[in-house]
Amino acid sequence: MPVPKIAENFRGSVNKITLGATSADGGTRTTTVTVGGAANVVYAGSSESAGEKPIIAMDVLDVAPDDWPEHLLECYKDVIGDPAAWAKKCVEEYGADVICLKFDGIHPDKGDKDAEHAVKVTKDVLAAVGVPVILWGCNNYEKDNRIMPKVSEAAKGEKCLIGTVSESNYKSLTAIALADEHFLITEAPLDINIAKQVNILVSDMGFPLERVVTFQSTGALGYGIEYSYSIQERQRLATLGGDKMMAMPVICDIGSEAWRTKEAKAADAPGWGDAAKRGPLWEASTAVCLMQAGTDILRMRHPKAVATVKNFIDELY
Amino acid sequence: MALTGLQIFKLLPKTNCKKCGKPTCLAFAMALAQKKANLDECPDASEETRASLAEASAPPIKAVQFGTGDGQVKVGQETVLFRHEEKFYNQTVVSVTVSDTLSGDALKARIEAINALQFDRVGTHIQVNSITIINESGSADSFAAAAEAVKAASSLAMILVSDSADALAAAVAKVADAKPLIAKATADNAEAVARIAKDNGCAVVAEAESIESLAELTEKIKAAGVEDIVLSLNETLKNRLYGLTQIKTLALKKSFRALGYPTISCVLEGKAEDQAVKAISLICKHSSIVVVETAEQYAMLPMLTAIMNIFTDPQKPVQVEPKLYAIGEVTDQSPVLFTTNFSLTYYTVESDAEGSRVPCYILVVDTEGTSVLTAYSGDKLNEKVVAAAITKCDVENIVKHRKLIIPGYVAVMSGKVEEETGWEVIVGPRESSMLPKFLQEIA
Repeated sequence: MPVPKIAENFRGSVNKITLGATSADGGTRTTTVTVGGAANVVYAGSSESAGEKPIIAMDVLDVAPDDWPEHLLECYKDVIGDPAAWAKKCVEEYGADVICLKFDGIHPDKGDKDAEHAVKVTKDVLAAVGVPVILWGCNNYEKDNRIMPKVSEAAKGEKCLIGTVSESNYKSLTAIALADEHFLITEAPLDINIAKQVNILVSDMGFPLERVVTFQSTGALGYGIEYSYSIQERQRLATLGGDKMMAMPVICDIGSEAWRTKEAKAADAPGWGDAAKRGPLWEASTAVCLMQAGTDILRMRHPKAVATVKNFIDELY
Repeated sequence: MALTGLQIFKLLPKTNCKKCGKPTCLAFAMALAQKKANLDECPDASEETRASLAEASAPPIKAVQFGTGDGQVKVGQETVLFRHEEKFYNQTVVSVTVSDTLSGDALKARIEAINALQFDRVGTHIQVNSITIINESGSADSFAAAAEAVKAASSLAMILVSDSADALAAAVAKVADAKPLIAKATADNAEAVARIAKDNGCAVVAEAESIESLAELTEKIKAAGVEDIVLSLNETLKNRLYGLTQIKTLALKKSFRALGYPTISCVLEGKAEDQAVKAISLICKHSSIVVVETAEQYAMLPMLTAIMNIFTDPQKPVQVEPKLYAIGEVTDQSPVLFTTNFSLTYYTVESDAEGSRVPCYILVVDTEGTSVLTAYSGDKLNEKVVAAAITKCDVENIVKHRKLIIPGYVAVMSGKVEEETGWEVIVGPRESSMLPKFLQEIA
């Protein structure tokens, strides 16, 4: 029986961006990755309109984390505190598409490290791996504004993705990312109007929208994931409707949110099953759930979770 | 699809007799279109008019129920493609498989394990609510025996899966009163399987390789007298996900009745982890029933939580129970902080309080599920609400001190709260993320 045709008259699609610069492009990366390009909502139309496959950015911290649960920590116990070795392990053993270097240690409450430290870690990690790198601040405006420009400069020419900038703190990082030719992450607190506003603000500063990735803030499975989910779906629909201020690829911070939950952390929870498997699966489930709403870059932590999500992505793309 | 006022007007007597209470037939038609009137209010509407209006107002995706009593489940009758447009109504049913190659104690243990897949998280009970019996043995007798054993040991809604109409007939004969969902009718056996469903008043799964042949098959089953149909697209995971979106879009946007039914998908292979994430994908993207093989608790918890999250009403803020929550090994000297009962607010505060490793109490005051600033500006959070919560939760007997930490954003309330409660107010940080440092300093 013939079925009716579903005609879509979309006017926009998600911007395609290529992270990383190889020597041909003035950088030292050995590989680049391209994300974005979706021209429909997830699983609508044909698979040709799905765009590039989502990629996994594995978190590497600039200092040893002090609040990671045992099951997560043990995957990195030989490299904790050595960001370069840590990054290498993520790429070579765990198959990270990209490294997300997270500068927790520069936060005034978490070590208050200086620019010299941050620049050294940045250079070490860039030298240790050939994949593109994300440089993510500590979310303390004052410290980020002081340190992240130096980090940006140290990675100049590598076409990194750097962030985050928000509605109330965007000027210094936007300016330096523009000068150093990086890509920029705009952040909003689960509010689609603010998300658009930040994009307008950086665009007003002359930052090209085609070099922006949005971070809507991430809720873990069971802890507000539905808010992130619906905002990402609405962003995709706005993109398809032709809104250039919303047509950016989307990044989610899966790892740190998932590993804050009881379900991932609790070692002894009767009736919830083996903790060694529960934690990684909670992270993988959060990732796959948000992918259904349209996610291009997934920041993740546990290698088992990464493996599960990669299997899923390979079957779908 | 719903008719417009003008389309309805054409079907009315157009006498403007006012018997319905409206001045004209057109006004009545408009009221009908907006569902503010009922056709019964028109004494002169023809049978034909009634029939076309009923047809037009039938839900674009049919509701289908199976199982009985407390175990009965309902799927379908969804109205939107995206949850933010309205909400998703009937939660995905997760069903776990039992093979009919099992018998005796092994069979019993498997059924028990499935019955036990129940969890309480954040004050809500979530559970697996169906068992799927698969005719792997190829024997009609074993299949019927397994179905009978499941019926005896579980009240969960049953799905019977076999390629053989004879095996289905044998099993249904044993458990018809449990109203199992019968799977599956294909192009080859549609008449025979539809007859079993019709004779026993059961719903049936229609399975085909393409959307076009699925539409053909449902018409055939409907012609055989069965209207409670569940669709199964027998395809790879990828094509199935694209197909599910296409089916739902056709039903909702094109009023394509031949595909206006709930759907079922199976994920029976691979590791528990792989099954769980595939199931979550199917849950988010429109499969009304998801059948999995894994009965692992660690795999089931995320699947059921995903259902809980995706099916929450986006218009209604999710709330936590307003009460006193103890974080860590509290004593009568532990600090007390308050926040609102908007779930996102509470979980953020809870997680940061836990992160501080300082045992403390969080007093959750009832602000009808709004965040701190929203509640304060709407006067749902004021000194009286805080004082009432302290009394109601018996905080004065639980702790010996009289110090209350209030959210930094409502520092302006300090004076009034001190007056009303007699407690000393300490202004906490504006952002929850600063709580660990704050608590460590005051502890």
